[in-house]
Amino acid sequence: MEKTPQRREQVAPRFLKGLGWGFLGTAALGLLWVGIAVLLDADSIPGLVAGLYDLIGLEGQAEAIRARGLQENFSRIIIAAFAIIVGVGGVWILFTALNKFVDVLPYRTRKHIRPWMFVAPALGVLGVYLIYPTIQTIRLSFTEDGGFADNYSFVFTDPAMQVAIRNNALWLVIGTTGSVVIGLLFAVLADRVRREAFAKTFVFMPLAISMVGASVIWRFVYAWRPEGQPQIGLQNAIYTSLGNEPVAWLQVPPGNTFFLIVIMIWLQTGFAMVILSAALKGVPSEIIEAGRIDGASEPQLFFRVVLPSIRGAMITVATTIFIAILKVFDIVFVMTGGRFETEVIANRMFNEMFRFRNFGRASALAVVLMIVVIPIMVVNIRNLKRQGVGQ
Amino acid sequence: MSKRWLIAMVTALSLILAACANDAEGGDTTTTAANETTTTADGGETTTTADEGGMETPYEHLNAAYAGEYEGATVNVAAQWVDAEEENILSVLTPFEEATGITINYEGISDYETVLTVRVEGNDAPDIAQTAQPGKMVQFAEEGHLVALDDWFNMAQLEADYIASFRDLASYDGQTYGVFFKGDLKSIVWYPVQGFADAGYAIPETWDDLVALSDQIAADTGTNPWCISIEHGDASGWVATDWLEDILLRTAPAETYDAWVNHEIPFNDAEVLEAADYMAEIWFADDYVYGGSTAINATFVGDTQTPMFDEAGPQCWFHKQAAWIPGFWPEGTEAGVDSSFFYFPPIEAEFGNPVLGSGDMWMMFNDRPEVRALMEYLATPEAAQPWIERGGFVSPNQSVPLDWYGSYPNDVLAEILSNADTFRFDASDTMPATVGQGTFWSGMIDWVSADGGNTEDVFQSIEDSWPAS
Repeated sequence: MEKTPQRREQVAPRFLKGLGWGFLGTAALGLLWVGIAVLLDADSIPGLVAGLYDLIGLEGQAEAIRARGLQENFSRIIIAAFAIIVGVGGVWILFTALNKFVDVLPYRTRKHIRPWMFVAPALGVLGVYLIYPTIQTIRLSFTEDGGFADNYSFVFTDPAMQVAIRNNALWLVIGTTGSVVIGLLFAVLADRVRREAFAKTFVFMPLAISMVGASVIWRFVYAWRPEGQPQIGLQNAIYTSLGNEPVAWLQVPPGNTFFLIVIMIWLQTGFAMVILSAALKGVPSEIIEAGRIDGASEPQLFFRVVLPSIRGAMITVATTIFIAILKVFDIVFVMTGGRFETEVIANRMFNEMFRFRNFGRASALAVVLMIVVIPIMVVNIRNLKRQGVGQ
Repeated sequence: MSKRWLIAMVTALSLILAACANDAEGGDTTTTAANETTTTADGGETTTTADEGGMETPYEHLNAAYAGEYEGATVNVAAQWVDAEEENILSVLTPFEEATGITINYEGISDYETVLTVRVEGNDAPDIAQTAQPGKMVQFAEEGHLVALDDWFNMAQLEADYIASFRDLASYDGQTYGVFFKGDLKSIVWYPVQGFADAGYAIPETWDDLVALSDQIAADTGTNPWCISIEHGDASGWVATDWLEDILLRTAPAETYDAWVNHEIPFNDAEVLEAADYMAEIWFADDYVYGGSTAINATFVGDTQTPMFDEAGPQCWFHKQAAWIPGFWPEGTEAGVDSSFFYFPPIEAEFGNPVLGSGDMWMMFNDRPEVRALMEYLATPEAAQPWIERGGFVSPNQSVPLDWYGSYPNDVLAEILSNADTFRFDASDTMPATVGQGTFWSGMIDWVSADGGNTEDVFQSIEDSWPAS
């Protein structure tokens, strides 16, 4: 606590300085706010320019702009310039001011407050774009349409919804297992070939294709033409060449749901393979060596030594794919639109929201999806922490 | 550091000011011109003044636009018309742009109804948008997104131009929110002209004739008499709902149809199930439909009729679809030459000649003078003329002279319309979206999947899905 007189003298100016920076920070926030308001209002840019003209005494031209607006491109350039100045400049001033403001606080508080100062804007944005919509969605699911009881009983008792829930379960089980198992298989096999990177590229490539793009490709694979016509679909071309009648693969449940899941596996296997391949390479050769010396067979080595060593990576991959599949929408939307008993929860949610405009039902579906995701997220985060990522 | 920042700010500001100054000089002349026209409009009140070059119309803002008053302004228009149909709508919009100097940004959107809803919800609505669903207009009006016409539109003119049913459909709560632009007749059946001539088949005039001829074709040629399919992305199923509605208008009074649309009778009323039985007589009869039920569900609506133009002769002979379908025919085919159409025949004589139709209307989301002017233009017969001349277009505007429809097929369509005893709108467009674009469509798909074997279950489940309120 012993301070030199010199430092003590600085306390008063330091306090004033802090006040100044605090004020500037608030001003920056205000400026950002005004800036956003200006950008949201289509008429504001001509108004702003007119105001500037007024300011420098060109009232006639200001009047002209108010009357007939600005040229569209010019207006856009101003908007862009304004956004850059207000956005970048505002954020810069804000952080500088906050930082300087913290500087003047007592050392101990400083230490605790500074991280929050930097995280605060991000937290704010998160609140506006994530927390608020979540709360709003929950509220809508309780109040819109028929209210809580109606909306949630629809989710669990409507015959079409039961099909959707059943399909989602199928997707989760088959899709996740399929991606992880096949991904692991490729990872293990690729580990032992000479041109590993080359081999892995082929499995990895679908991951670069969007779900919609992949769906369009697979629509052709499953395409159907009446008997006697040339089959343009790969699957039917093969099937009919074996002497069978063409089958409309996407129309026949429950096979069609399976054919849709295949697309997801095709997309996700590459992801599983890359992560698991990296994990495999991280398994110390010493313990494999030790296992060999102890006389373990290759399958024993794999299931008892290698697999437990990459458990963490397996969980990460499985949970990530699980969540991606839980939200599956694009594939179903493009391929069948949920027809022929291929409906899934997310597609139904989209239809309820944007086509039938049943906000309550759509929100209830969203809430159910969110609740299902939460335990998976917990597992995932715990797993990351155990691996030391979260520290 | 802070000094450099200040310099940057000052430079940026001065650049902006310099740019503004240039713009203002360039725009000076137009500004004065605009002022002048404003004064004439003030003096002349409503329709009397139109300067040199301007055209006289019964509409205030349109006259002002023709006088060049909104030159340089921009209007955003969105509609479902893409590809070939985009050229048609552009032929309508371009003359307006040329006459007024207003720029129109036209955006044709596939998956239109969904995208439009998303954009309106996101406060990103176009200035003027088309819809084929009066129910959608009512929803937007209810939510306060639309601009009502009553206060500024020439309502007397609107009344003179459009029959009551079109005006009623464009209204909500006593206010008018839409202007009908395009009408479609659904009650027509396409057939192969040459094939009919070769085989000596006559155009069927009753339902029984139609079924008898179908049997005869199947027996004579070994091909399937009907081309039917309903796959249309997220709108799959609507072709089936059109069929059911068209048949219901022929087996029950129009009042029953109206009651069914408004759910005053159950969706699965006995009359409706009777209509479904008539439909099944064609849809699910053995060897009646090309490719069978699988093809009905799997083939894209636009490709339905393609087998009719097969090199080996027609593989199917009847296709019930509205007059826009020739746009989807294979290259080198021509409407009226390769395939023509006849009126979907009546079933029970007492209900006369009903016509099932649909229509597209314009709705207005943003209220600016130039938007008003375009809205007015779209209500005039002159706006419809370019598309009428291009074909595939029937205007619901009564003031459109009938001799504009000089050529095939519009002359025939106009004749069918003039012979109509009843005109009704597509029920699925008017029912609540949950049913009209949801369970009704998906129910029809399920019905087809089961080869018509689950009629009662399907209609019961649609009835169950009707919203409670």
